[in-house]
Amino acid sequence: MGNEVINIISGVIVEEDESVSLSTLCRCCSLPVEQVIGMVDQGIIEPLESKVTSTYWQFSGDSIIRVQAAIRLQRDLGINVPGTALALELLDEVKALRQQVSSLQRD
Amino acid sequence: MGIEKDAPQDEIKRAYRKLARKYHPDVSKEKEAEIRFKEVGEAYEVLKDPEKRTAYDQLGANWKAGQSGFQPPPDWDSGFEFHGGGFTGDGASGADFSDFFASLFGQRAGGFQGAHHAQHTPGEDSHAKVFIDLEDAYLGASRSLSLRSTALGKGGCPEIKTRTLNIKIPKGVKEGQNIRLQGQGSPSLAGGKAGDLYLKVEFNPHSIYKVEGADVSLELPITPWEAALGAKVQVPTPAGKIDLKIPLGTSSGKRMRLKGRGIPAKIAGDFYITLEIALPNKLSDKEKSLYEALQQEAGSFNPRAKLGV
Repeated sequence: MGNEVINIISGVIVEEDESVSLSTLCRCCSLPVEQVIGMVDQGIIEPLESKVTSTYWQFSGDSIIRVQAAIRLQRDLGINVPGTALALELLDEVKALRQQVSSLQRD
Repeated sequence: MGIEKDAPQDEIKRAYRKLARKYHPDVSKEKEAEIRFKEVGEAYEVLKDPEKRTAYDQLGANWKAGQSGFQPPPDWDSGFEFHGGGFTGDGASGADFSDFFASLFGQRAGGFQGAHHAQHTPGEDSHAKVFIDLEDAYLGASRSLSLRSTALGKGGCPEIKTRTLNIKIPKGVKEGQNIRLQGQGSPSLAGGKAGDLYLKVEFNPHSIYKVEGADVSLELPITPWEAALGAKVQVPTPAGKIDLKIPLGTSSGKRMRLKGRGIPAKIAGDFYITLEIALPNKLSDKEKSLYEALQQEAGSFNPRAKLGV
């Protein structure tokens, strides 16, 4: 059992990153550009400014988490990209509804 | 997996797919989803292969009777890194199988791994959870985190490695958010950059506060006379005590908002106080007679007028 101590390290809150470039997104998710663009085409993630060409795309920080979830769903459950888009949207909806239920239960 | 011992292969496949969807950590809200998902995957890994299935049927019983059995580390959920791969599917990498299965079938034989690590490919990202208190989100904190991960040791046997990281929890983090620690994931096997470590932040349940996003709420008991006459009372908040002015004639259940006193995220949350009128358990004779005098005096007040009674 190796046990090494490293100095204090600090990280960034992924969701609050101002913006993430397409290449950073690809690197963070270990995904080739074409696949990320495929996810944009299906609306899984949206660039902050969609009018510019893909090279200049910027994304909100939580796109990283969303793409990672999409990769896991595709890999583990064998669903294709449009199916993943649907699953993520429905999961968003479930999350919002759960929050509503819990705040109603409290009042 | 809840199927008969002699179930046909296609039934196994169906049962597996159903359970995989149910317990997928991105889908399920169940606490143990990650562990269950892994168990289901392991079971399927065995059952989908008729040879392994036979081996398991024979060995499985002995294993249960004879040995103490495989136990996940006690705080598995909070301290165990899990890597991207490790699940069945086409060309499964075979990572992350529990010791029992690994030793039984040698799933971890390094061959598969190699294929994923061409030259200079960066190491895989790791994911783990970190539990913090609400107060840590207000003030920021540092945490020492022991992460156990499995890696291939000499001779291709899985080894559990422990490493300790001292991590700064940034102020203003919200539940469910992820902290990225660059270069703290798995080292690259081929001389590339190490992967990143993602820490998903979970809050320990708090005894008095409730948290929703960046908003924090508290139920504050007040006396009937504070409610009737108005008062200045002390209120605890995760950032320290504050003074709150209760307006004259406050009814129970009234909600007050302190703007910007929630979690100091980029867009700071609000702090909500719900006032609850509390009564002493017992009344002295004098208190009782004072309440009776009040009843005489305020007899015309009907709080149920709107209900038509």
